[in-house]
Amino acid sequence: MSKDSVGILKRNDIDIKPSHGFWYELVKNKALFLMLLPGVLVLLFNNYLPMFGIVVAFKDFRFYDGSFFSSLLKSDWSGLRNFTYMFSSPDAFVFIRNTILYNLAFIITCTIIAIAFAIMLNEIYSRKLSKLYQSAMFLPYFLSWIVFSYLVYAFLSPDKGYVNMSILKFVGVKPVFWYSELKYWPWIIMIVNAWHWVGNNCIIFLASIISIDQEMYEAARIDGASRWEQIVHITIPQIMPVIIVMTLIFVGRIFNTDLGLFMIVPRSSGILAPVTWTLDVYVYNTLLRNGDIGMSSAAALFQSVVGFITILAANYAVKKIDRDAGMW
Amino acid sequence: MGKKDIDFNRLNNISKKSNVVLNIILAVYGFLCVVPLLLIISASLTDEKMLAIKGYRFIPEAVTTYAYKYIITNTPQVVTAYGITILVTLVGTVLGVLVMALYAFPISRPDFKYKNFFTIFLVFTMLFNGGMVSTYLIGVNVLHFKDNLWGLIFPYLMNAFWVIILRTFYKTNIPDSLIESAKIDGASDFTTFFKIVFPLALPGIATIALFAMVQYWNDWFLASLYINNPNLAPLQYLLYQLQTSMQYLLQNSGNIGGRAGDVLAKMPSESARMAMVIIGVGPVILTFPLFQKYFVKGLTVGAIKG
Repeated sequence: MSKDSVGILKRNDIDIKPSHGFWYELVKNKALFLMLLPGVLVLLFNNYLPMFGIVVAFKDFRFYDGSFFSSLLKSDWSGLRNFTYMFSSPDAFVFIRNTILYNLAFIITCTIIAIAFAIMLNEIYSRKLSKLYQSAMFLPYFLSWIVFSYLVYAFLSPDKGYVNMSILKFVGVKPVFWYSELKYWPWIIMIVNAWHWVGNNCIIFLASIISIDQEMYEAARIDGASRWEQIVHITIPQIMPVIIVMTLIFVGRIFNTDLGLFMIVPRSSGILAPVTWTLDVYVYNTLLRNGDIGMSSAAALFQSVVGFITILAANYAVKKIDRDAGMW
Repeated sequence: MGKKDIDFNRLNNISKKSNVVLNIILAVYGFLCVVPLLLIISASLTDEKMLAIKGYRFIPEAVTTYAYKYIITNTPQVVTAYGITILVTLVGTVLGVLVMALYAFPISRPDFKYKNFFTIFLVFTMLFNGGMVSTYLIGVNVLHFKDNLWGLIFPYLMNAFWVIILRTFYKTNIPDSLIESAKIDGASDFTTFFKIVFPLALPGIATIALFAMVQYWNDWFLASLYINNPNLAPLQYLLYQLQTSMQYLLQNSGNIGGRAGDVLAKMPSESARMAMVIIGVGPVILTFPLFQKYFVKGLTVGAIKG
């Protein structure tokens, strides 16, 4: 696997051929255009149309007769008022801090644990056992956040939960009211997140380990390298491009969080808001519970724009270090 | 484990002691991944009174399938919701896979002049989005998703990351010469796609299909945005509503007074709710062996070999 083969857009994708006009291509390759058509329509309506809808954040949006876009045009401009409102609330800082800190913690813990497990799965003798462990680890990825919230509840329910009723009772510790104690939740969230994602990330790393050329290991062995040295000097450098791309994808999503993890797993508990509310939870609740389009659209736009800048910056930084490593 | 499984010829291995230690670590973690589900299964099979006294246990003391019988016979809503989930998952997966597999083909062809444009058109949606509010407003007011099953299907039809995986899968697994020779033999692009590309890319396509299936099956978010009509609620959303209304009643039982007690008594019991969770997980677990078969081959070759 060559280094430059990792990116999503390859450097040498651009090919030079005698150029024809668009209409010529359209007629010549009409089947190819027809194949693209359904996807293009989905992207246009589903992804590009909302990109124009973000203007809502700069408007005092009201519904008038007629369509959404004509209402949007008729609504008065409000400048940055929605943003100043949002940022003037002391909570905004808390949500943004939670979003970033949790994501940083997830990137570090999940990546390291997943790589460690991937190396272990590759090193153990038995292929069959390795497959079995993979299946077990991958299982949580298939469960919805709703199911997760019930699973977590089965452990943490104050009057029936396994932790209070069996473990703490056994060691003689007083029951803990998990759903109203702030201090435990950063850890609970991190554990649940790892539980959901590690298996999935692990298999991605494992697959790239499997595709490493075995002759490299043979050569290293003949030169007297121990298996541990081979892991440090062959396995890890060889999967580095994959690690970088995966990390870039996570960094690009640093302002996004899983609503299920932060809203449903804590059972929408208001007491836990200071440690479980992230930007997404804030946007969701302001929009759907309070119906406040102005504030929620300002927060959502902030999230999209800052996220966009982050991913561009992260890609730029990675390419400064290694020209071929970025995503494009 | 049979002896054939272990390659004794591999000189280049970790020591036997390390092997044992790593196996223990992996076994413990694997066990921890599976075990919480057992707690729920056990609760769904436990008699309600025992559950109230002893709490959640891994081994049920008084086994009963009453909870399952109860939800199937007494809660028509669960049956309806199950039907909605199955319908949305089937239609969404089939359409989504078709749309994505078709889109990936032209952008995988080196001789297609606009492949870069359409790749960027696709990848840009991974980098920037209109955000939840704008998406919601357009979904409700322009695309009319309110109480419309399309609202649960359409938004997940295209996933840029999966299309890129498919494109890469086509590029690495289907030799250009094969497609060229099909063209020389007079096959149209559609024939080439359905007769050559699709069958050869099956591991990749199956992986994407399973991912899409899991996404549709597990979705509660779109339903919470667009669905008000209880007859159109999918199963995960039903479970979510049950959780929130339960929480609401418990938190406000003081304010509402005696009525809350009545309503709570009418809600499905704890073991019935856990049985619903198990029913909600069911088919996803059944696809698991399929996933094992294709996953490492499918996703990973596509994702990594760029």
